[in-house]
Amino acid sequence: MSAGAPARDHRWLDRAWTGLLWGLMTLFLVNIGLMIAAVATNSFAKRWLGTWLPDGWTTAWYVSAWKEFQLDAILMVTVEVVFAVVFLALLIGVPAAYTLARRDFPGKRLLMLLFLLPLMVPPITYGIPLATVLYKAQLAGTIYGVILANLIPAAPFVILVMTPFIEQIDPNLESAARVFGASTGRMFWHILVPLLGPGILAASLLVLVRTIALFELTFLTSGPDSQTLVVALYYAVFAAGVRAPQSVDAMAMIYMMVTLAWLLIALRFVNPTQLVSRVKEHPQPA
Amino acid sequence: MNHDFNELRLEGVTRRFAGAGGQAFAALNELTLTIKRGEFIALLGPSGCGKSTALNCIAGLMQLSGGSIWLDATRIDTLPPEKRGFGMVFQNYALFPHMTVAKNIGFGLKMRGLPDAEIEPRVAHAMKLVQLIGQEHKLPGQLSGGQQQRVAIARAIVIEPPLVLMDEPLSNLDAKLRIETRAEIRRIHKELGRSTIYVTHDQDEALSLADRIVVMKDGVVQMIAVPHDVYGQPANLHVARFMGYRNVLELTIEAEQGDRVTVAGPDVRLTGVRKQPLANGRACVAMRPEEFVLGAPAGGANTIAGRVANVEYCGRDSLVDVVTASGTLLHVRATGSPRLDDTVHVHVPVERVLVYPSEASA
Amino acid sequence: MSSAAAAAGLASPRAAFDRALLLVVPAAAFMLLLFVYPFLYGLALSFNPKEGGPLANYSHFFTTDNLWPTIWTTLRLALPATLINVGLALPIAFKMRVKSPYQRWATTILVIPITLGTVLIAQGMLTYFGPKGWLAQFLQFFHLYEGSIRLTHNYWGVLISLVISGFPFAFLLILSYITGIDPVLARAASTLGASPRAQFRTIYLPLLAPGLAMCFCLAFVQAFSVFPSAVLLGSPAGPTRVISIAAYEAAFEQYDYSLASAIAMIMGFVQLIVVAAVLGLRNLMYRGPVSGGKG
Repeated sequence: MSAGAPARDHRWLDRAWTGLLWGLMTLFLVNIGLMIAAVATNSFAKRWLGTWLPDGWTTAWYVSAWKEFQLDAILMVTVEVVFAVVFLALLIGVPAAYTLARRDFPGKRLLMLLFLLPLMVPPITYGIPLATVLYKAQLAGTIYGVILANLIPAAPFVILVMTPFIEQIDPNLESAARVFGASTGRMFWHILVPLLGPGILAASLLVLVRTIALFELTFLTSGPDSQTLVVALYYAVFAAGVRAPQSVDAMAMIYMMVTLAWLLIALRFVNPTQLVSRVKEHPQPA
Repeated sequence: MNHDFNELRLEGVTRRFAGAGGQAFAALNELTLTIKRGEFIALLGPSGCGKSTALNCIAGLMQLSGGSIWLDATRIDTLPPEKRGFGMVFQNYALFPHMTVAKNIGFGLKMRGLPDAEIEPRVAHAMKLVQLIGQEHKLPGQLSGGQQQRVAIARAIVIEPPLVLMDEPLSNLDAKLRIETRAEIRRIHKELGRSTIYVTHDQDEALSLADRIVVMKDGVVQMIAVPHDVYGQPANLHVARFMGYRNVLELTIEAEQGDRVTVAGPDVRLTGVRKQPLANGRACVAMRPEEFVLGAPAGGANTIAGRVANVEYCGRDSLVDVVTASGTLLHVRATGSPRLDDTVHVHVPVERVLVYPSEASA
Repeated sequence: MSSAAAAAGLASPRAAFDRALLLVVPAAAFMLLLFVYPFLYGLALSFNPKEGGPLANYSHFFTTDNLWPTIWTTLRLALPATLINVGLALPIAFKMRVKSPYQRWATTILVIPITLGTVLIAQGMLTYFGPKGWLAQFLQFFHLYEGSIRLTHNYWGVLISLVISGFPFAFLLILSYITGIDPVLARAASTLGASPRAQFRTIYLPLLAPGLAMCFCLAFVQAFSVFPSAVLLGSPAGPTRVISIAAYEAAFEQYDYSLASAIAMIMGFVQLIVVAAVLGLRNLMYRGPVSGGKG
């Protein structure tokens, strides 16, 4: 009951522990920042061999990387794939989320598990059988195959993000709309969709950001003219011995700027943790 | 700390927060109060008055910005909550969802290092006291609101604390359950005689449970008195308003004699009892609806004439709105059933007209 | 949880019910077609090798010297990485559970590695952690380490990249679990005499156990599937030849889809064993809701 010597030791220990944890976190964050800075610096470097800063600066690498890796075509492919995936994921995901949030039916748990699996099983595990099937369906190597493949984790993700948004909307609103004469379609259009606007936006941005960075599925299913930016980057790094590292880093910077630009846009509308898990008041009873 | 104490002293307890715009504001301002052993104290006031802040400071869940708290001769405001040994009942019960009822109740005893053999009978005794036999192995999620409430109470009292703190324990119950549980709390307090500090915004609870009531507003104590005095002789206008003195009129002072003051307005002349020093020729009178008498002879002292504007039938009596010629509105509780637009005369005894300084000068 | 009665009650029950259920059909059909079916197809294919009996693929896997050790190689990377990620994420997230500017900054910055993805992290590591990168220069400048550092193109490179990409994920997930626990429970425990350490032990830890187990499983599964990092940052021919590389080679270099499917099945199976073990452990602990008070 009186703070004596043991309490003093405790406080010192506590402080040391806290310091250690915050130190580790800061170390981690700083290293990430430096890593990105290293790539950025190298991409602007004339030559850089083992010194703190490069010998000279140039933007020539960007131009050469653009031409060498045919980035204009690749960016176009990336844009097509990503927006197609977002659109289709919303198209099939939002109605499904509505049903899961509002209705109970036999087999619902099984269905939810079905939608949850692609998010928990890593892409490479189901990617190889998927590639095999797409190959048989003659879709592998085409942009349609890539879109379909990327849709597999995207649609469940939309369902996961939208479900709490829908649950938040008072079901009495729908009843009220019906009482005042709205058919189901009009109720959807005039009541639900406007209220779901923020949720749909959040879901779109999150799917967008995730799909740009999704490597394995595109890698396994794409052909030479259906590569997205991240896959092209992989091939560039893979063959780095052949090409100048600065050129690869320039491409990496372009990739990073595209990704981070969309991330910044997304963060205006969503909470960072939504990228990883369903934002919840209480964790799921798993 | 399982010993009993003689008094808990709060001296100038203050707690400040940074408000909007960076200005610090005092959620609790210089609370000074002495609680004797076995007393039941109610902290009463609207939300934001500082009562919950006071409770959290006493419990140790909040640091003081100023002042001190003493348990007899020991200063306790420097101790963390786990060392103070008070029992606390939280507003939303805060039952540990992953522990059974028995484990929840026994938690405090476990933290004090008691062996299971000692904990069990004490838990059983506490459960009997709150009338919860048979629920030992249930999880909180399986209990009703009222049952959870009783588990929370049992958990606080089983450790035999010198002081029990209750933070609006009944606010989440429905009306019927509230009245029942109120009686339970009174019964338990009678049986155990533990000093209790009870926070509420409901004056009925405070009046029925407390030995003394502390009325608070905006962090400042307005009045500390026994329920009878808080109800009948509120110390200032805020307390009066809070305790149901719905008729507050601002009038001009005509005469003062001793503690009797006569005030008048356009068609009102009242003589009442002065509760606080007056100034500036204006004063506010406060009167309860229940203390008016409908149907008094016209022209008598402390009688007001008016027209019935609204009648709300309440079973036992009616709440009648009486409007004078100049538009002054009075709320009157009356038996009998006046008709709308009837002219009536209402009389209020001198002792039940309480006179306070006008708010402009207050 | 869903108010089927309220919403379906007003419209003609039959019609509303049917129509709402139809809404879920496209998504369900898509999942069945492109997720379940390829899996089953792959499973069947794995028992249908180019030559030999139904189990030929599997026996081939377990007898070939550059195939079956990949399980151990991958575990050797995935388990330590997961233990580090979850083991560090828990205390740090716990310390940072109170909302503060630092917490907001850290959370936002942590999203960046997740967003950038493993390929960019690999390239970044090659530049930064390479023998001539800033880290090496820094260590040499302060005489912390004299020799040449070898953190790329080996086991360590892959491990570090797994931590860089896995830690933010584990941290954000655990943080979301911790903030979902009502802080009033800890306050109640403290009024009953529990020290901060006891509060963690008796309140937070049991309530976090299910979430922690889930986080461990997700983090492990992610780490076990490591692919681009192992190729770019490791030495895929030897010490970091992970099982996904074996599957990839079978499919795209040997064009033996049957063997590739078999390897993918084995990969999934190992993951399943570890996940089942962890979840089994979790079932020994609490599994209910985590908010205190009104149930």
